[in-house]
Amino acid sequence: MNWTAIAAIYRFEMARFFRTLMQSFLSPVLSTSLYFVVFGAAIGSRIDQVEGVSYGAFIVPGLIMLSVMTQAISNASFGIYFPKFLGTVYELLSAPISFLEIVLGYVGAAATKALFIGVVILITASFFVDLSIAHPVAMIVFLLLTCLSFALLGFIIGIWARNFEQLQLVPLLVVTPLVFLGGSFYSISMLPPIWQKITLFNPVVYLVSGFRWSFFGTADVPVAISLLAIGGFTVVCLGVIGWIFKTGWRIRS
Amino acid sequence: MAAILSVRDLRKVYEGGFQALSGVNLDIEEGEILALLGPNGAGKTTLISTVCGITTASSGQITVGGHDAETEFRAARNLIGLVPQEINLEPFETVWNTVRFSRGLFGKTRNDALIEEILKKLSLWDKRKNQVKELSGGMKRRVLIAKALSHEPRILFLDEPTAGVDVELRKDMWDIVAELKRDGVTIILTTHYIEEAEAIADRVGVIRKGQILLVEDKSSLMQRMGQKQLEVQLTDAIDAVPASLAHLNLELGAEGRSLIYTYDTRAERTGITGLLNDIAAAGLVLADVQTRQSSLEEIFVGLVSEDAA
Repeated sequence: MNWTAIAAIYRFEMARFFRTLMQSFLSPVLSTSLYFVVFGAAIGSRIDQVEGVSYGAFIVPGLIMLSVMTQAISNASFGIYFPKFLGTVYELLSAPISFLEIVLGYVGAAATKALFIGVVILITASFFVDLSIAHPVAMIVFLLLTCLSFALLGFIIGIWARNFEQLQLVPLLVVTPLVFLGGSFYSISMLPPIWQKITLFNPVVYLVSGFRWSFFGTADVPVAISLLAIGGFTVVCLGVIGWIFKTGWRIRS
Repeated sequence: MAAILSVRDLRKVYEGGFQALSGVNLDIEEGEILALLGPNGAGKTTLISTVCGITTASSGQITVGGHDAETEFRAARNLIGLVPQEINLEPFETVWNTVRFSRGLFGKTRNDALIEEILKKLSLWDKRKNQVKELSGGMKRRVLIAKALSHEPRILFLDEPTAGVDVELRKDMWDIVAELKRDGVTIILTTHYIEEAEAIADRVGVIRKGQILLVEDKSSLMQRMGQKQLEVQLTDAIDAVPASLAHLNLELGAEGRSLIYTYDTRAERTGITGLLNDIAAAGLVLADVQTRQSSLEEIFVGLVSEDAA
């Protein structure tokens, strides 16, 4: 394993993040605050409590998940798409490194950035609502696994994309709706019975539910199933990446 | 000397069915400078890309320093530095960071002193804190070279290093190449400029339609190039070269209307004055005189033209 090379990619990717640190930092703080103003204050004042938790606190795990997922995807997809777009990918391909090392560098950096945003949102949220974390270890595990698996998905999207439009397509058309419909801002028990069944096909439901359980101890679906879902998703992404690297699909002609 | 790079029956067919390389065989000796000449689309870049691992070969074998480029890709690629034809650089990164990144990518430990030396040699030291996008085209090309040199390659590929580069940078580039050669680095460069091949190469290879047509010592090519022919046209046709002119190794031209004399332009005496005197003494009357030179360019054009196929 060429750790020096992994560190070089990781550092190079993080440098991009630090160049725009203020935007990276301000944008989640601002959007979280807006969510609290709109959902927490305006709507939340009419919804008293959800599953014994104040509505403002109830949406915090969903908010974190929403940002972490989109950030992990966009950072990882952009991270590997940009060298393809610029042509600097020649250097990665001609270096004495394996695809696994390339993935570790890019996905590691993207997951780190997403984790940073997640923590920033958690801290921002704590200024608006009283938060207690019932299962801190589980919370960290869920957060890390989400950062990692969605960064892997982002990496796949970045390899697949042939232009900037495609780069935006999956996050906008697939991920955002799934997250919004995945119980981020409501409990699925609030839905009509038929939609409660349908929504179980949405993988994000399991992530949000498990993550919320780590905060409040209540969940829409059993925690073990949540863990299985995110673990399974990570394995599927790893499998796809393994196939990409074996075949050189859309990266090595 | 042992071959540091060996290419055997290398073929590359792209997805669309285009055959870019059709059975390339090439041995590069350690420490030499090989200039690869060829028209656009001849397969120069594909050959380099395949050796470097950017493109996968359809069939054939590549060994670098005795390591198979596919099964022992780490050891093989460790030896290779590549300066691509296109200026592909991350625009927002600083010169220093992008060069340091390249070294790290090749698994080499940090060595700021070496990077400083490379940047100074390439006149980039003053620009080290600049973002790449702030540099001129020529400076960006220097950054590409710095990146390739940062991991101390034993083989350096320069793909069209002087395309669109001003005279000064071209001269600098040749100096750098000469210095690298002194350090024992093997250099393979592709070029359109025959004068470039003449100026710096030890051997010249010509590639056309994915096949190597010739690889030859530059000096022997130069010798062919140094040969010049003087054609003396006569007013009256003759059947054979007169015996009194036998010592000059003349050839009889078409229909016996001319005599062709081959000489070395770089020789101290070309023997032209004596030749003309001897012809006059043999009683032949001169109608016209013309000279012809077979240049490397001519050889090259002849080799790569469609008619020569």
